[in-house]
Amino acid sequence: MNLKRYQEVILKPLIDENPITLQILGICSALAVTNNLSVTLVMCIAVISVISFSNLFISLIRNYIPSSIRIIVQMTIIASLVIVVDELLKAYDYETSKRLSVFVGLIITNCIVMGRAEAFAMKEKPLLSFLDGLGNGIGYSIILIGVAFIRELFGAGTLFGIDIMPEWYMSNNLLLLPPSSFIIIGLFIWLIRSFKPTQVEEDDFEVSSHSTAPNLTKQDLNV
Amino acid sequence: MFEQYLNIFITTVFIENIALSLFLGMCTFIAISKKIDAAFGLGVAVIVVCLITVPLNNLIYNYILREDALSWAGLEGTNLEFVELISYIGVIAASVQILEMFLDKYVPALYNALGQFLPLITVNCAILGASLFMVEKDLMFGESVVYGFGAGFGWALAIVVLAGIREKLKYSDIPEGLKGLGTTFIIVGLMSFGFMSFGGISL
Repeated sequence: MNLKRYQEVILKPLIDENPITLQILGICSALAVTNNLSVTLVMCIAVISVISFSNLFISLIRNYIPSSIRIIVQMTIIASLVIVVDELLKAYDYETSKRLSVFVGLIITNCIVMGRAEAFAMKEKPLLSFLDGLGNGIGYSIILIGVAFIRELFGAGTLFGIDIMPEWYMSNNLLLLPPSSFIIIGLFIWLIRSFKPTQVEEDDFEVSSHSTAPNLTKQDLNV
Repeated sequence: MFEQYLNIFITTVFIENIALSLFLGMCTFIAISKKIDAAFGLGVAVIVVCLITVPLNNLIYNYILREDALSWAGLEGTNLEFVELISYIGVIAASVQILEMFLDKYVPALYNALGQFLPLITVNCAILGASLFMVEKDLMFGESVVYGFGAGFGWALAIVVLAGIREKLKYSDIPEGLKGLGTTFIIVGLMSFGFMSFGGISL
């Protein structure tokens, strides 16, 4: 296990294999909590810690989990970690915890956590799994913070609650509505795929050239 | 009585649609909406699982977890709300597993249609979300049955509509980078703006 592998595991999920824009994981929470940067930041820290520690613990006991009940075992570990995060948040930052409401609880079913546990932690060594969790968590956070930055800056004219935009700027309240985050993520995907054309999806079908028409030359047609 | 149930149902399906207004279950919503058939199968599975787990979790919350809920067993002053999440997810995982075995044994036709979607549902946040919102709304048992059905139905409705739109879009000429996932996000955004128009209705 050389250094390069560690580096790859932590850097790849940032852009190349981003959980949100490529793997379609963990989208739910990306939408509801992104209208305010400070709330988003708390959510990101919660997700990063849950995903890296769940990967670590699942990887530690991976050889003892019978495969028929592995989902329930994984769920129990993830749910316990989420409860710890939830209680910590309630104790130290009650305001944010109220604003996140059920979305902290929903980290349990955030498919990034489950997906990485299933795809990576069940096979790889603990330290490597921990780093994979960290990488994926950060990849998720990059997109979330990007969306929150755009929504708060243009929707409310503030960042972290501090006025940024000049006075003549009329804030666009449309961006504060949750559906706008879908459109922003869609545009992010477009941006990433313009730079990384390998991520572009293939068509389900192919437009055929006029292969059924006989190959007639001008002479055949007498023109 | 009936009117109240109808109110809850309409509110959950349209005004607080679990997919398009509360944004739950988005991962499967976007990943499995390429074809109408698959979307419909998954939608039915979500309805069934919601209908079972929401009332079950309601009973667990009201008779075991909530503050002073154990007084029927002679225990005063208990409050087990901190194990809420783990018990709900346990109930969901277990009932999905049991449902899978039951269908496999007694209704093989339905099992073949739904089978592949059932394990996916354990990690679908729409199901857990429905239970959590049920607790937040403080529903009675009867109401929770209606709420569970409405939540599942609203989600199923949304995914079938999205699959329909995506099937129609198959032959459109879309910019390279937006193909597939990109446009799907934008469609869902527009659909959800559409559903916001129900927001002004009060029942």
